[in-house]
Amino acid sequence: MSDYNFAYLDEQTKRMIRRAILKGLAIPGYQVPFASREMPMPYGWGTGGVQVSAAVMTPDDRFKVIDQGADDTTNAVSIRSFFERTAGVATTTKTSEASVIQTRHRIPEEPLREGQILVYQVPIPEPLRFLEPRESETRKMHSLEEYGLMHVKLYEDISRHGHIATSYDYPVKVEGRYVMDPSPIPKFDNPKLGDMAAIQLFGAGREQRIYALPPYTQVVSLDFEDHPFEASKPDHPCALCGAENSYLDEVITDDAGGRMFVCSDTDFCEARQAAGHTGTMNGKDAA
Amino acid sequence: MIELRNVSKTFTLHNQNSAVIEVINDVSLSVAAGECVALTGASGAGKSTLMRMIYGNYLTQAGQILIDGVDLVQAEPRDVIALRRETLGYVSQFLRVVPRVATLDVVAEPLRAVGGSAEDAQARAEELLAKLNIPQRLWSLSPTTFSGGEQQRVNIARGFAHLYPAMLLDEPTASLDAENREIVLSLIEEAKARGAAIIGIFHDEAARVRVCDREIDVSQFTPGIAA
Amino acid sequence: MTPLLSVQGVTKFYGHHIGCKNVGFDLYPGEVMGIVGESGSGKSTLLNCMAGHLTPDAGAVVFNTRSDGPRDTVTMSEPERRMLSRTDWAFVHQHARDGLRMGVSAGGNVGERLMAVGDRHYGDIRGKAADWLGRVEIDAGRIDDRPTTFSGGMQQRLQIARNLVTGPRLVFMDEPTGGLDVSVQARLLDLLRGLVRDMGLSAIIVTHDLAVVRLLADRLMVMKDGHVVEAGLTDQVLDDPQHAYSQLLVSSVLQV
Repeated sequence: MSDYNFAYLDEQTKRMIRRAILKGLAIPGYQVPFASREMPMPYGWGTGGVQVSAAVMTPDDRFKVIDQGADDTTNAVSIRSFFERTAGVATTTKTSEASVIQTRHRIPEEPLREGQILVYQVPIPEPLRFLEPRESETRKMHSLEEYGLMHVKLYEDISRHGHIATSYDYPVKVEGRYVMDPSPIPKFDNPKLGDMAAIQLFGAGREQRIYALPPYTQVVSLDFEDHPFEASKPDHPCALCGAENSYLDEVITDDAGGRMFVCSDTDFCEARQAAGHTGTMNGKDAA
Repeated sequence: MIELRNVSKTFTLHNQNSAVIEVINDVSLSVAAGECVALTGASGAGKSTLMRMIYGNYLTQAGQILIDGVDLVQAEPRDVIALRRETLGYVSQFLRVVPRVATLDVVAEPLRAVGGSAEDAQARAEELLAKLNIPQRLWSLSPTTFSGGEQQRVNIARGFAHLYPAMLLDEPTASLDAENREIVLSLIEEAKARGAAIIGIFHDEAARVRVCDREIDVSQFTPGIAA
Repeated sequence: MTPLLSVQGVTKFYGHHIGCKNVGFDLYPGEVMGIVGESGSGKSTLLNCMAGHLTPDAGAVVFNTRSDGPRDTVTMSEPERRMLSRTDWAFVHQHARDGLRMGVSAGGNVGERLMAVGDRHYGDIRGKAADWLGRVEIDAGRIDDRPTTFSGGMQQRLQIARNLVTGPRLVFMDEPTGGLDVSVQARLLDLLRGLVRDMGLSAIIVTHDLAVVRLLADRLMVMKDGHVVEAGLTDQVLDDPQHAYSQLLVSSVLQV
């Protein structure tokens, strides 16, 4: 512990990041620039999320990290052990027990409660960049609420695929004001963004942007009147726990086209199995 | 209807040692509704120049040119445009059109410009083109590819499409055969009969005698034609 | 009658160099005004000052807005000006790729302005886009193709459709036929003339092509070194130019 300041970052840096977070919470959906630091991991591995987590973490916190819903993937394991070493905080894989949850690409299935903080890792914070590469112009578009371009993206989807094919990174409008990129979560998770009891913080390390949703914020997914937003998911129950309403990963099981759908949220799935729920492939040799 | 008061014009050729050429000096004339007046004079006497001044195509340096009470010399561009659209027609010697536009649309355009419906304008255009013996198979083609005589007749059809109260005709019967010349002269007579005031240039003396009530020799207003 | 656009004393300097100086005129509904002059004469600077792309150092550009009557667009707030530029104004660039989104389908390009003003019904937007493609003579079957697959003339027509779909009242055009084949130019000119007449548009066209202004413009301004040297009816300025520079300009045109 004496080798590092608590949670790796120095206190001045944490102050700077906390100011950005507070500003972000005060203006929901607005991208606040911050002076992103070099972290001992490559960009794209969650440097933004790690800095936000480090800035909000206290010694009493219990920390959980998920990557694509799983606690046991490389990225999740290494970030968890990073904070075990640099902050000495307790960690957990249980959503309900965690006070700070850092996530990449998912929102836990279990509803979060007041007092919890969900920290998203964000690769590209600018939802307008797809069609307008100039940063000076996108900032102006945000400040003047010129968001027609977002619908052009959705229009292109429908004209090409017959429906809105964007299935993750699905743009939302926050409190009727800022259009926000929810990070590459599946659009299945979009409805959970709104009216959430927990604080949601978004950190983009390479892009040096932080934005936030305070508890119980109105978040609406963009759509057309005749092509309304749908929170879709694979049309299967989980093969392990039988859950009908959770987001599923497709897992290839052999070289002959065999596959199974399982909950992407490992904690949720394991908790259900422990409670006695079972799916079609549970207990069988899936491999 | 058309009245000129002490009208004068000079050309200043800035790029040729700023030579100043006096072309028209102190013209006063008036043409009443239903009257046709011919401008005469030798070639180069300034007939076309005077006519272009009355259309506002050439800038007039001094005097007044009143068309239906509007002084062209002082009028704002938009007033001149309105005057040309509603009141003052001009059949020039040359057809000038957007390439690619069908003859029928070329002839109908003046009527569309005064707010006529597309159907009415087309019907009137068809009537005039038929009367002027433009074969129907040519109506959908651009007149830019037509022969000189055909272009001239399209030009006349366009000039007579809208019933202008005042008209300027520059050699309307040139390069026309006897039959079409007769048709054009009858169009002019019809225009007079409905009360149009007309100023024309006719090299065709028989035509001039037939449709014109008076002649005005332009040479008397052109001091420097020799220069 | 209130002018649609009243330009008063518009001046723009680039350092000590004059962009355009003390330009003023009134444009009335339905009028088409041409601005000609050689490269560097200030005609594009003037156009950009009027369209809000550049801020003039002096002068006013008063537009007769639908809701509040005449307003100086130079001093109005940027959101208001940008709103104007996607509703009542249109801007046709010389190079279609400057005015189009090349990565977006033809339908998306036309639909963008509709979505920008709040249209949220996909079917309606697509229907209007298809209608406008037809009006500019682009086959409706190309609605989902990107402009990169279009010819130069088609791209220019697409740009016009994209600009006119919201029914603007004033169109700024910067060399709209520049860089196109002569035959394609003629088709475009015919199209523009028809649209101007049928929609009652007012337009300001900057070009160095005198044939284009003769066919499209009611009025003409000749610019040289940032100043307007002559203005008047198009055919009068072209057939009886008064200023030395206008005379030179007109006499320099090659006759075909």
